[in-house]
Amino acid sequence: MKKSVFFGAMTVASLAAGVAAAGTLDDVKARGKLNCGVTTGLVGFAAPDANGEWQGFDVGVCRAIAAAVLGDPKAVEFVPTTGKTRFTALASGEIDVLARNTTWTFSRDVDLKFEFAGVNYYDGQGFMVPKALGVSSAKELDGATVCIQTGTTTELNLADFFRTNNISYEPVPIETNAEAQPLYLEGACDVYTTDASGLAATRAAFENPGDHVVLPEIISKEPLGPLVRHGDNEWGDVVRWTLNALIAAEEVGITSANIAELGAAAGNNPEINRILGTEGTLGEMLGLSADWAKNAIMAGGNYAEIFEKNIGENTPIGLSRGLNAQWTDGGLLYVPPFR
Amino acid sequence: MSKTNTKPIAFVRDAMLAEQTPPVLASGPLAWVKRNLFDGVFNSILTLVAIYFVYLIVSGAFPWFYNGVWSTNSLAECREILQGKTGGCFSVLTERWPQLLFGFKYPSEEYWRPTVAFFALFFAAAPVLFNKLPRKMLIITAIFPLVAFWLIWGGSLIVPVMVALGLIVGYVVFTKLEYQSFAMGLIGGILATVIFWSFMGYVTEPLSDVLALEPVPSRDMGGFMLNFILGVVCVSLSLPLGIMLALGRQSDMLIIKWICVVFIEFIRGVPLITLLFVANVVLGYFLPPGSNFDLILRVIIMITMFSAAYIAEVVRGGLAALPKGQAEAAGSLGLDYAQSMRLIILPQALKISIPGIVNVAVGLFKDTVLVSVISMFDLVGMIRGPILASTEWNGVYWELWLAAVLFFFPICYGISQYSQWLERQLATGHR
Repeated sequence: MKKSVFFGAMTVASLAAGVAAAGTLDDVKARGKLNCGVTTGLVGFAAPDANGEWQGFDVGVCRAIAAAVLGDPKAVEFVPTTGKTRFTALASGEIDVLARNTTWTFSRDVDLKFEFAGVNYYDGQGFMVPKALGVSSAKELDGATVCIQTGTTTELNLADFFRTNNISYEPVPIETNAEAQPLYLEGACDVYTTDASGLAATRAAFENPGDHVVLPEIISKEPLGPLVRHGDNEWGDVVRWTLNALIAAEEVGITSANIAELGAAAGNNPEINRILGTEGTLGEMLGLSADWAKNAIMAGGNYAEIFEKNIGENTPIGLSRGLNAQWTDGGLLYVPPFR
Repeated sequence: MSKTNTKPIAFVRDAMLAEQTPPVLASGPLAWVKRNLFDGVFNSILTLVAIYFVYLIVSGAFPWFYNGVWSTNSLAECREILQGKTGGCFSVLTERWPQLLFGFKYPSEEYWRPTVAFFALFFAAAPVLFNKLPRKMLIITAIFPLVAFWLIWGGSLIVPVMVALGLIVGYVVFTKLEYQSFAMGLIGGILATVIFWSFMGYVTEPLSDVLALEPVPSRDMGGFMLNFILGVVCVSLSLPLGIMLALGRQSDMLIIKWICVVFIEFIRGVPLITLLFVANVVLGYFLPPGSNFDLILRVIIMITMFSAAYIAEVVRGGLAALPKGQAEAAGSLGLDYAQSMRLIILPQALKISIPGIVNVAVGLFKDTVLVSVISMFDLVGMIRGPILASTEWNGVYWELWLAAVLFFFPICYGISQYSQWLERQLATGHR
C-alpha cells in the first residue's frame, strides 16, 4: 500500500514535470515571474549590489526576457546557482532559463539535453603575467608555474596548448578565482590563466593593475550564452529571439534614448518597424505581444548599452568589445534577419 | 639552678625582629618572571623567540588596524585614501553590514523582526539552560518557536496560533488515551494533531490578513541570520531525536533496534555535504515543479538527521558508562521503562555525555556554513558570492574573513564555557 502510494506520487510528479516542460512560456505567463538562473556572484556578469538588486551582464539578459514575455523587467526571480547545481536546477524545472556564463559545448548541448539559445559573450582562455617577468608571448612561458582552476575546461586547454608548443609548465591547482588572486599576487605562481573576461576583472581589482599584463594569445573558444531545456522549442525561440533583438537593436541603431520615438509609429526603416512591432506580426508568431522586443530593449538598452554599463571600457573591469563587436565592426555578432 | 635563671643569657634574643621582605628574586613580579619565563637557558631562549614572534605579529597587524578605513564606498577609494600605506579596508564591513547579518534580499525595513527574535531567544533559552530560574519562564520557551517563526517569515499570526492549537489538541487526546497504553495515546495524539493541521487551511486562508506581517520567502533569508536559524533549530531538534535513536539502538524490539542502527550507521557513513546536495538538487527531480517544499526546511531536515546520528552515538556512550545496577535498582523499585529512563538512567547518562554533546553542537553550528556550496547565502556564502563578486569589493579578503571569525568565535566559545559550567554544577562526585 505504502509503496504504491509512493510510486503514484512519483508518477504524478513526473507527469507534472512533463506538462511543465511542454509549455514553459505559458507557465511563466501564468506565474507572472521569470525564474532565471544566475551565478552566485561573478564580477560584472551577475552580483547583487548593496541594495540587494542584481546587476550585471547576464542579469541584463534575464531582465530583457522578462520584459519581452511579461512586459516588466523587474518580474524576475533570480535563482543563484553554483557550477555544480546549475544544470540540475534547469533540468528539474526549478528555473526557466540559465544565464550563467555557461560555455556552449557539444556534450552540454547533446548529452545533457539542453538547448543553447545563442551566444551573448564570446570568451576565450588567456594568460596574465607580472610585467616584471618580461614576457610578451605565451610561447615564452617554458618552465613557468601556472595557477589554474582544477576540474575545468581551462585545465585541459592549458595542457593541450603547452603540448602543441612543446614547452613545459608546472601547474599550481586552485579552487576558485577568489583564491587565485592572493596566490598570484604573492608570487606562488608566475602565470594565472582563466577566461579572458575573468583575467580582466581580476586584474582590475589589483592595487597596481599596471604591473600586470594579459598576454595576446587566446588558447580556447568559450562561447557563453543562455540555455533552456531540450524539447520546448517555443520557449527556446522566445529566449533566442529576445537575445537576437538586443543585438539587432545595436546593429540598426535602436537605443534606449531613441526607442520611444522609433516605436511610437512606423518609420521609414522596415527592419526597425518589424523589430519594434509597428509593422508585421513577429510578436504574435512568438506568442507574445507586438511590442515584445521594444520592452526587451527598454529593459536595459541594446546589447552595446548592457555591455558598456556592466563590463565595458568605462567600468573597472574595462573589457573592450573585441570578438563581441558587430560583424560590421569586425566582430562575431551576426544575427539572422528579423523578417 | 636559680643562678642560671637570674642571669640573662647573652646569645638568646628576647625581642622579635621586624619581618623582612623576601629577596627580590624569591617572590614578587621579578621572581614570577624568573620562575616562569627565564628558568634556565633553554626556557630563556624560548621566551625570547616567542617575544620576538609576538612583536612581529603585533607590529605587522597594528598599522593594518590603526590605518584602517571605515567609510569609503569601494576598494579603489580605500586605496586612494591609504596611498600605499598598510591599512585595512574595513568600509566593506560598514557598507555591507546588513547583508552580512541578514543576506541581501531580506527587506531592510523589516530588519527589526529577526533582531527582536534574536533577543527573545535569550529569554526563551534561559530557563532551559539555567535551572535556578523560575520554572514559569518555560512558558516563554514554549511560545518562542511560534513567535520567532511569525517574526522571521511573516504572514498571519493565525497560522502559528493554529499550529499551537493543533499541538494542544494532540496533547489532550494523548492524555485521554494514555490510560489505555502509552503507545495508544501517542498514536492517537499524533493522528489528532495531523487531522487538525490538515483542516487548518479552511481557517487560515480567509483570515490571512489578521495580524499579518509582510511575508518573507525562505530563499530571501541569508547572512549570519541563516547560520543562526539553522544552528539553533537543528541543535534543539537533534538532541531529542538523538536521545530517542540512542534508546532505540539499545531496545529489545528487533525492528526498532535495526531501524535505529541502520539510520545511525548510514548517516554517519555519508558526508554532510552529500546530504545537502541531495536536499538541494536530487529532491528537485522527485517533487513536482512549483511544489513548495521549502529549501530551508529540506536543509534543516538533513542537518538535523546528521547531527542526531552523532548525538545518538554520544548518548549511547553515556548509557554504556552507567553500571547495570542502576537499571536493575530502578526495576526493583517498581518503575516501568519510561519512568526508569526519565528518572534514573537518562539524567546520569546525559550528564556523562555533556562534553560530547557540546562538541557535536559546536561542530554543527560551524557546519551550517556548508550550505554556501548549495547556493544559499549564509555568512560565508555572502562573502564568497555577492560581496567578493561586486565590482566595488572584488579583492578584499582579510577584513571579510576576520569578520566571519569574529561572528562565530564568541558563540562557539560561549557554548563551550557554558558546558564547563554545567559540568561543575552537576558534579555529584563520581571520581
